[in-house]
Amino acid sequence: MRQLFRNDRMWRAHELKGAYDVVIIGAGVHGLATAYYLGRRYGVRKIALLDKGYLGYGASGRNTAILRSNYRTPEGVRFYNASLKLYEELSAELGWNLLFSQCGHLTLGHTDTAVAGLRVRAETNQLLGVDSRIIYPAEIQKLVPHIDCSDRPRYPIMAALYHPPGGIIRHDAVVWGLARACDRMGIEIHPLTEATGIRVARRRAEAVMTNRGAVAAGTVVNATAGWASTICQMAGVSMPIVTHPLQACVTEPLKPFLDAVIVSASLHVYVNQTGRGELVIGSEIDPYQSYSMKGTLPTLEQMASSALELFPQLHNIRVLRQWAGICDMTPDFAPIIGRCEELDNFHVDVGWGTYGFKAAPAAGRYLAEWIATGKVPDIIAAFSPERFRRRRLVGEKAAAAVSH
Amino acid sequence: MSFRIPCPQCGERSVYEFRFGGEYSKRPQPGADEDEWYQYNFVRRNEMGSQTEWWYHRLGCRQWLRAVRETRTNKVIRAYFPDETEQTDRGPG
Repeated sequence: MRQLFRNDRMWRAHELKGAYDVVIIGAGVHGLATAYYLGRRYGVRKIALLDKGYLGYGASGRNTAILRSNYRTPEGVRFYNASLKLYEELSAELGWNLLFSQCGHLTLGHTDTAVAGLRVRAETNQLLGVDSRIIYPAEIQKLVPHIDCSDRPRYPIMAALYHPPGGIIRHDAVVWGLARACDRMGIEIHPLTEATGIRVARRRAEAVMTNRGAVAAGTVVNATAGWASTICQMAGVSMPIVTHPLQACVTEPLKPFLDAVIVSASLHVYVNQTGRGELVIGSEIDPYQSYSMKGTLPTLEQMASSALELFPQLHNIRVLRQWAGICDMTPDFAPIIGRCEELDNFHVDVGWGTYGFKAAPAAGRYLAEWIATGKVPDIIAAFSPERFRRRRLVGEKAAAAVSH
Repeated sequence: MSFRIPCPQCGERSVYEFRFGGEYSKRPQPGADEDEWYQYNFVRRNEMGSQTEWWYHRLGCRQWLRAVRETRTNKVIRAYFPDETEQTDRGPG
């Protein structure tokens, strides 16, 4: 019996070899997705995924598992929509239930300016074939019977951007499913293997130093979140990134009553109910840069008071846990994906701020294409590391700052 | 993690009285080339460890000050007003 479980391990442990075709630093959902698509679509199997912690220790296990594609810029909408489509197929592809529930996503507007912003997003989304439209309190109340649409709150709800394909997924399942699929293809996953340096020579990242020895690499990928700057510094690459903590909390389980993801950028809060009945409440990023992953009382108070503005009947509910993850914020709230100008074989998949989890399949799929073919896929060309120098920013703040 | 900043004017106060102004960097002089402006506008060291940064005491003396903070633990090592002689660095704007 014991043997049966041993053979069915999700992924196996390996000795660290001296060289790999591709070394991916960060075995979170982005690193795993990149390895998965490299293996599955391009037959690249000599890959090592290095992670300083256990799988899902970082942002992959700390996010609020919300998926959506109702972004603001055409580049963003196209990209996140491709990701959502990949997520829709992922359970079947991996043979592993990811518990994806497309329950719908509502971004609330409480002021004229906020509603104007939502309108721009609705129009852009519709032009690009994404199901997204403006709805008003009567319809909001029908979709979410328990939300307070009255005039009682200081900022009553005026309208919402309704995005039916949005929803929540089980984030740990995504990590485990991808890890299992990578392992079955012979891709090696190395937890507790911390990158401590990168040897650079002749414009190439030749090897990654780790606490378990040096590994030579054909291509090095930095797929870390939170520590992207520190890994880039090892390779002598500078980044326009600052790291901020982001906090969330979860309440005790309640009878299912909320079947949509609710986001309010004006109140800096988002709420959804998990399959277990717990309410997951998230806030905006902490107002200062930090690598500390500890929660704070002021943020917990802010999450609670904002959630009560939307659902006043929750006033007696207890909080089970509160946690923080660290987010790499970029100046334009869009990610940085691609090969760095400074080196010929160093790719980054970083700057994922507060919107990385939902983007993992597309980021992995197209970065894999870039690495395998050497050509820049159109869909991620706008997110290249050089865009800041060229002043070609992808202004995604309106749709990404709080609405995760 | 929440913390306090020892304001040189007002004493030790909660971080929520302050506005974070980002890591300290030198503003390029007039006539600086594009690369210098690119570095100043976009590139951040994002130090994991001790970092010098700008803070504005918005609910206190309303002055810009500099603090040296350990970014892993949020421990503020010291806070001070910038030297009067540094004419070009009066806050991040």
